[in-house]
Amino acid sequence: MATVDLNDVRKVYAGGVEAVKGVSIAIPDKQLCVLVGPSGCGKSTLLRMIAGLETISSGTVAIDGKIVNAVGPTERDIAMVFQNYALYPHMKVYDNMAYGLRNRGTPKAEVDSRVRSTAKVLELSGLLDRRPRELSGGQRQRVAMGRAIVRNPKVFLFDEPLSNLDAKLRGQMRVEIKSLQRRLGVTSVYVTHDQLEAMTLADMLVVMNAGLVEQIGAPLDIYEKPASTFVASFIGAPPMNLLSLSTESSANELERKLLGLAPPGGQAAMLGFRPEDAELVADAEDRSGALMLSATVEAVEPVGAETFLHCSAAGNRIVIRVGGRTAAKPGDKLRITATAEKLHWFDRGGRRLDSTSPSS
Amino acid sequence: MIGQSPLRVLIAHAALILGILIVAFPIYYTFVASTQTLQTILKPPLPLLPGDQLWNNYSEALFGGVGRIGGVSVGRLLLNTTVMALGVAVGKIFISILSAYAIVFFRFPLRMTFFWLIFITLMLPVEVRILPTYKVMVDLGMIDTYAGLIIPLIASATATLLFRQFFMTIPGELVEAARVDGAGPWRFFFDILLPLSRTNIAALFVILFIYGWTQYLWPLLVTNSNDMNTIVIALKKMVSFADADTQWHLVMVTAMLAIVPPILVVVLMQRWFVRGLVESEK
Ligand SMILES: Nc1ncnc2c1ncn2[C@@H]1O[C@H](COP(=O)(O)OP(=O)(O)OP(=O)(O)O)[C@@H](O)[C@H]1O
Ligand SMILES: [Mg+2]
Repeated sequence: MATVDLNDVRKVYAGGVEAVKGVSIAIPDKQLCVLVGPSGCGKSTLLRMIAGLETISSGTVAIDGKIVNAVGPTERDIAMVFQNYALYPHMKVYDNMAYGLRNRGTPKAEVDSRVRSTAKVLELSGLLDRRPRELSGGQRQRVAMGRAIVRNPKVFLFDEPLSNLDAKLRGQMRVEIKSLQRRLGVTSVYVTHDQLEAMTLADMLVVMNAGLVEQIGAPLDIYEKPASTFVASFIGAPPMNLLSLSTESSANELERKLLGLAPPGGQAAMLGFRPEDAELVADAEDRSGALMLSATVEAVEPVGAETFLHCSAAGNRIVIRVGGRTAAKPGDKLRITATAEKLHWFDRGGRRLDSTSPSS
Repeated sequence: MIGQSPLRVLIAHAALILGILIVAFPIYYTFVASTQTLQTILKPPLPLLPGDQLWNNYSEALFGGVGRIGGVSVGRLLLNTTVMALGVAVGKIFISILSAYAIVFFRFPLRMTFFWLIFITLMLPVEVRILPTYKVMVDLGMIDTYAGLIIPLIASATATLLFRQFFMTIPGELVEAARVDGAGPWRFFFDILLPLSRTNIAALFVILFIYGWTQYLWPLLVTNSNDMNTIVIALKKMVSFADADTQWHLVMVTAMLAIVPPILVVVLMQRWFVRGLVESEK
C-alpha cells in the first residue's frame, strides 16, 4: 500500500542534542522494517519523525513517494502503537477504537462494522464495553493494536509495543503481530531494543547506533555478516565472541595460531566467531585452516536445550554454546576450534573485512 | 490501621465526637433559636431543645416579612446569592481551564510571561485591588448588577494553577495518540481533556461555589439596592439595628436558610466526585 523513504534525515533537538545524524532508509511496500539499537540511539526520534510528531531538522521523509515533511500526523495517514498504549482512559474499548474513524467523518454504520470486525480479529469482541483500566496488560496491548488496525492506514508505526508485557506474552504477541502484518500487508516500522524481537519480526532490519545506521539488511544476512563489531555484538544472544588481535597478552599466542588463516585483505584488529560456531575438540594438535584455542571454563549456564560455557581464552572472555547437557565444570581446560569460514574479521575501526562485504 | 484495641477505638471516637460537638453545636443552637419566639430569645438562657415556632418563623421569613430587610424576601436573597455563587464558580472554572489549556498544550510567544502574570495575581486578593475595581465598576455602570457581582471575582490564578498541574500529568503519549487519531485542538479539549478533568472540575466547583456564596466585602460595596443584596449582606443588615429592634428569630431562620444551599452542593457533588475518583483511577 505504501513505501516509506527516508533521505538523509537529521534531528537536532532544541537543546542542541543531535539525536539522528543523517539516516537514509528505503522501506518497500508491505515490508516490516525493524529499527533496533541500544537505548538513546535515536530510534524513537526517527519513528516520531516518520509519524509527524517531531519536526525534521533536515532531510526528507516520503510516504508513498510524496514528501511529507510539512504534513501533520493526521494527514500522513499513519497509525501508531505506543509503548504505554496511550489508550483514552475514559473511553470504552469500542470508543477507543472508533475515535480515529469518527474524527475522519466515517459514517456511523461503517465505523461500527469496522470496529466489530477488527475486534473479532484481535479477539476483543467480548471486551468492547470495558474501559482500559478493566483490562489486563495484554488486552490493552491488543486494543492499542486494534486502534491502529481499524483505521486501515498506509503505515503502521510501533514504538516498543511489547516492552510492558511479560516474556511469555511478549513471545505470543510477537507472533501475532507478525502474522497480522503479513495478512494486512501494511508497511510497518517497528522500534525495539530487543534483538530477539528484531530478528524474528523483521523483513528488513536496521541496526542503529548513536544516531547513525550501522547496517541494513535481512535479519539472517546481518547475523551472518555483521558489518561492524557493534552489530556483531548487538545482534545475537549471547553476542559474538570478539578476540582482540592487538592486545599484548593475546597477540603472540593468537597470531601463531592464525598463521594458516589469512584475513581477507586489510589489517585485521579483531577476530570474531559466534558461540554456536565453536566446537569442542579432544585433540591437542592444531588443525590447519581453523582457529584453535585453549580455554578455561569459568561458568556453566545450562538453559535446557543448550548450555553456554563462559570461558577465558587468550586473554579474552568468550562464550561457547554446546547442545544439551555437558559434563564441563568451572576450572576445566578445553580445546576449542572454529573453521575459517565461520570467522569474522574486523579492522581497527571495527568495520568488517570481507571481499564480499554486505552493503551498509 | 493504627489502633485496633478497644481502648484506642474508644479514645479515637471520643475525640471525634468531641470535635463534631464543638463544630456542630453553634449550628444546632442557631437552629434551636430559629424555632423560638423573639421573647424567648431575648430572655436568657436559651433552651437547649427546639421550640414550637418552627412553622411560624420559617413561613414569616420566607413569605411574610415586608419591611424587614428593606422589603426583600429571603427567596430573593437566596436567588441573588445563588446566581452570584454559580456565576463565580462556573466563570472561574471556565476561564482557568482555558488558560491552563493554552499554557500547557500550546507554544506561543511570551507563554511563560503570561503564566507568570497569572501567577502574580495570586498575590493580589480582591481586597487589595478593591478600590480600582470599584471605580471600574462604577464607570461601566455595573453597580447593582449580577455582572458587577460576578465578573471581578472570576479571574482565578489558583484554579489555573491547579488545572495546569493536572494537565501536566497527562502523558505526552496520550496527546500524541489523539493527534494521530485526527483530533484537533478543540476535539482534544472536549473529547479527552474535559472528561479527564471531571473530578478536578467537580472538586473545584464545590470549593468555588462556597467561596462565591460566602463573599462579603465585594457584594457589600457593589450593591446599593436591597434587591441586589446577597444573603450574607442581608444578615448583616438585619442585625445592625439597636439590639431590641433586631428580629432575632428571623435572623436565626435566615442564617439557617443561608447554610442550606452550600450543604446541598457539597452533598450532591460529593456523590459526583467519589464516582469520578473511582472511575478515573488508571
Ligand atoms: N525532547 C527531547 N529534547 C532533547 N533531547 C531529546 C529529546 N528526546 C530525546 N532526546 C535525546 O535524543 C536521543 C535519542 O532519543 P530517543 O528517544 O530517540 O532514543 P531511543 O533510541 O528511542 O532510546 P530508547 O530505547 O531508550 O527508547 C537521546 O540522547 C535523548 O536524550
Ligand atoms: Mg525510544
